[in-house]
Amino acid sequence: MIEYATLRIIWWALLGFLLIAFALTDGFDLGVAALLPWVARTDVERRISINSIGPVWEGNQVWFILSGGVLFAAWPYLYAVAFSGFYFAMLLALLTLILRPVGFKYRSKIAHRRWRFTWDWILSVSGVVTALVFGVAVGNVIQGIPFYFDQDLRPYYTGSFIALFNPFALLCGLVSISMIVMHGGLYLSLKTENDLQHRALRSARWAAGIVIILFLLAGVDIVYGVKGYLLTQPMDPGSMSNPLHKQVGEQIGAWVANFMEYPLGWGAPLLGVIGALGVIILPRKLSRFAFMLSGVSIIGIISTVGLSMFPFILPSSTHPEASLLVWDASASALSLSIMLVGVIIFLPIIAIYTAWVYRILRGKITSHYIDSNKNSVY
Amino acid sequence: MLVSPEVVLLSRWQFGLTAMYHFIFVPLTLGLSALIAIMETVYLMTGNEIWKQMTKYWGLLFGINFAMGVATGITMEFQFGTNWAYFSQYVGDVFGAPLALEGLMAFFLEATFIGLFFFGWERLPKLGHLIVTWLVAMGSSFSALWILVANGWMSYPTGAYFNFHTLRMEVINFKDVLFNPVAQAKFVHTISAGYVTGAVFVLAVSAYFLLRNRNVPFAQRSMTVAVSFGLASALSVVVLGDESGYLANSMQKMKIAAIEGMWKTEPAPAPLTLFGIPDPKEHVTRYKIEIPYLLGILATRSFQEPLLGINDLVAGNKERIWRGIKAYDALSHLQQNPEDQHAKILLEHYLSDLGYGLLLKRYISDPRVATAEQVDKAAWSTVPGNIPILFWTFRIMVGCGFFFIFLFAIGFYLSTVRRLDRRWFLHIALWSFPLPWLAVESGWFMAEHGRQPWVVEGILPTFLGTSSLSPTNLTISLAGFILFYTALAIVEIYLMIKYIRLGPDGLTKFGDTT
Repeated sequence: MIEYATLRIIWWALLGFLLIAFALTDGFDLGVAALLPWVARTDVERRISINSIGPVWEGNQVWFILSGGVLFAAWPYLYAVAFSGFYFAMLLALLTLILRPVGFKYRSKIAHRRWRFTWDWILSVSGVVTALVFGVAVGNVIQGIPFYFDQDLRPYYTGSFIALFNPFALLCGLVSISMIVMHGGLYLSLKTENDLQHRALRSARWAAGIVIILFLLAGVDIVYGVKGYLLTQPMDPGSMSNPLHKQVGEQIGAWVANFMEYPLGWGAPLLGVIGALGVIILPRKLSRFAFMLSGVSIIGIISTVGLSMFPFILPSSTHPEASLLVWDASASALSLSIMLVGVIIFLPIIAIYTAWVYRILRGKITSHYIDSNKNSVY
Repeated sequence: MLVSPEVVLLSRWQFGLTAMYHFIFVPLTLGLSALIAIMETVYLMTGNEIWKQMTKYWGLLFGINFAMGVATGITMEFQFGTNWAYFSQYVGDVFGAPLALEGLMAFFLEATFIGLFFFGWERLPKLGHLIVTWLVAMGSSFSALWILVANGWMSYPTGAYFNFHTLRMEVINFKDVLFNPVAQAKFVHTISAGYVTGAVFVLAVSAYFLLRNRNVPFAQRSMTVAVSFGLASALSVVVLGDESGYLANSMQKMKIAAIEGMWKTEPAPAPLTLFGIPDPKEHVTRYKIEIPYLLGILATRSFQEPLLGINDLVAGNKERIWRGIKAYDALSHLQQNPEDQHAKILLEHYLSDLGYGLLLKRYISDPRVATAEQVDKAAWSTVPGNIPILFWTFRIMVGCGFFFIFLFAIGFYLSTVRRLDRRWFLHIALWSFPLPWLAVESGWFMAEHGRQPWVVEGILPTFLGTSSLSPTNLTISLAGFILFYTALAIVEIYLMIKYIRLGPDGLTKFGDTT
């Protein structure tokens, strides 16, 4: 059996992997939805856009559902505190996540102008709001959220919904929105032709520029403005999961400490910037490559957050000693091992069949295709 | 600090309503995906285009339903964390694993291939597309398996122990969790019920076409598939339902006593009450019509074993609460000093009743100082509320179950003698449309409400499982869910009716080249 501390690191990395997989796949779905009424002007163009993600969004969204399941199973404290604490934010994300599939499915089922127009805007807003909520949530996690446990380890959240939308969190929300717009725009440009393709690519480039500026701005804030957290006493990384047995201090700039100690970590934010830069400068012929670079940028940005906070996963701003750490918020060693077996078997299988499905569905969506499948496509 | 009763009530309403709403779509997804896969298999074997048309048309209706099933399923996954935070934390180590594995093994399969099912007709060879369809059907059934492994564990929490260091339940034997007999019985019972739902749906819609003399060859073939598949599934529902009942008696005696309105212990073998009016105030069930011996034989599979009535079960639970207080006391000592050997031994000894001690937290924050009166109240709180509703939902479910066997048996007979055009049968088939939903919703209500006051039987009382939200938060979210879900239901029903009315003939008339 693998050591408990190692298992925890593996599951921390897996959670990161799942969130990244979600951002990379469902990210472009959200981006295409967000861009829908802006870059696609006619009904046919809009149907082309929706059908470019039509057959795959469902599978992509499972990365998110799986992340939720893994959070529950591997990090039950985090799942309990974050989901109940971010109550209305979660419900808002839920609302948009429900509207999206329903919108895809139902929009083109009725050939009425106002019906379709309404769904187009619902889809766009749902793409933007989902990305905003996730970004804002990450922004709050970075700053720490107000919660504590009583002696039965029942969690209490003491913050308000409005307080979630503080300046730093909003900045993170905007980074998140521009990330998915960049990614979705590139995906759309790969799957479409002519005007629609050009408009999509142009939006992606603009978004990439905004990603760079906002990400750097957030970085500056992390170094000089945002309070970070650090362990003031060493703790046993293999101890039983009880988040009440440690000492935690707060300090501005503490989130940079990991990078100072392990300079290799700077690679993550660097990739975040370089990837987005590549999106801006690569010519149109290399769109496929640009799409990959946009993925690299997303990987870099999300990894930056995880690496800078390690071993913290959810700091408490009011009771820092109740913060959740990789070392004290996980499931039991046995539970983590069992699920690891499941992951080792099934993740490669998922990767194979997902790749196969994308291969089958390769190629551009044309107006001819929409015309000849009026009733069966979205 | 005591958990506010309003928070508990609102959280339960929200979970109950969203879960029952989710389960409007799930059984149809389960049933239709299997039926579509069967139809497409026939298409591949016979090469007859009408079977392809059937696959596509039922697939279209399946798609409208599937979107809602997925969307409302996300709510369920969120809601453990948003509204049942303490539950999530207390049992996440055990309960979370099946949910994560569901995503890995089942939902990914279903969701990835569903796109190819709709969009892959021209891109895949016939056999390739058929495999895709079967993968979708298998994915949805696997999904049900994992969800019911999690749900079954709440009724019969095996394979786990309470860890006093982390103050939660942790897995000790995953095989027990996975091969939990309650979960296995529930799984087969539930997917069979899903298959019945799909079969009744296809039967009723086909009857609608036949009554209007539309799509006759299409509808007759669909009906033949529906009645054969439906008959097998309906038999399986009832047989496995019986198995569930037998298991429930060994694990959840109170649930059986409650749905039978059985206040006093009956001499073995107990009679089965067909009809009656339970009176929870006077602790009697009036105007009973009974079949002697039957319940005792069904529930215990013996002639000697008595079935305990509610009054005796409560008396037994009172003893468990007193023992639970001792467990709680030992646990409190261990929280002060984890090395206290004496407390460890005591906790070990009384651990199986710790949950019963926690029942007192409804009335007092420290169970150790509970009065005899409070223990008495807590013991009576182990009787699920609304016994008359439990009594009746159970009978509605069972009645529907037998009706489906009857319906499909007649249909099967008519189909073998090629007389599916009998109008009286078509009328019955059409009007049976809502019955599967009545049956499954009654069944779930009975199964989950009958488990109260426990969210995890004997381990964690429901009221403790809540999040620390305010009643205002919950009122807003509950109202939001009701509004939003009602709007979605209107859109969904509108589209369903539109596409059923349009029919396979209408679809080919205006539109697709394929």
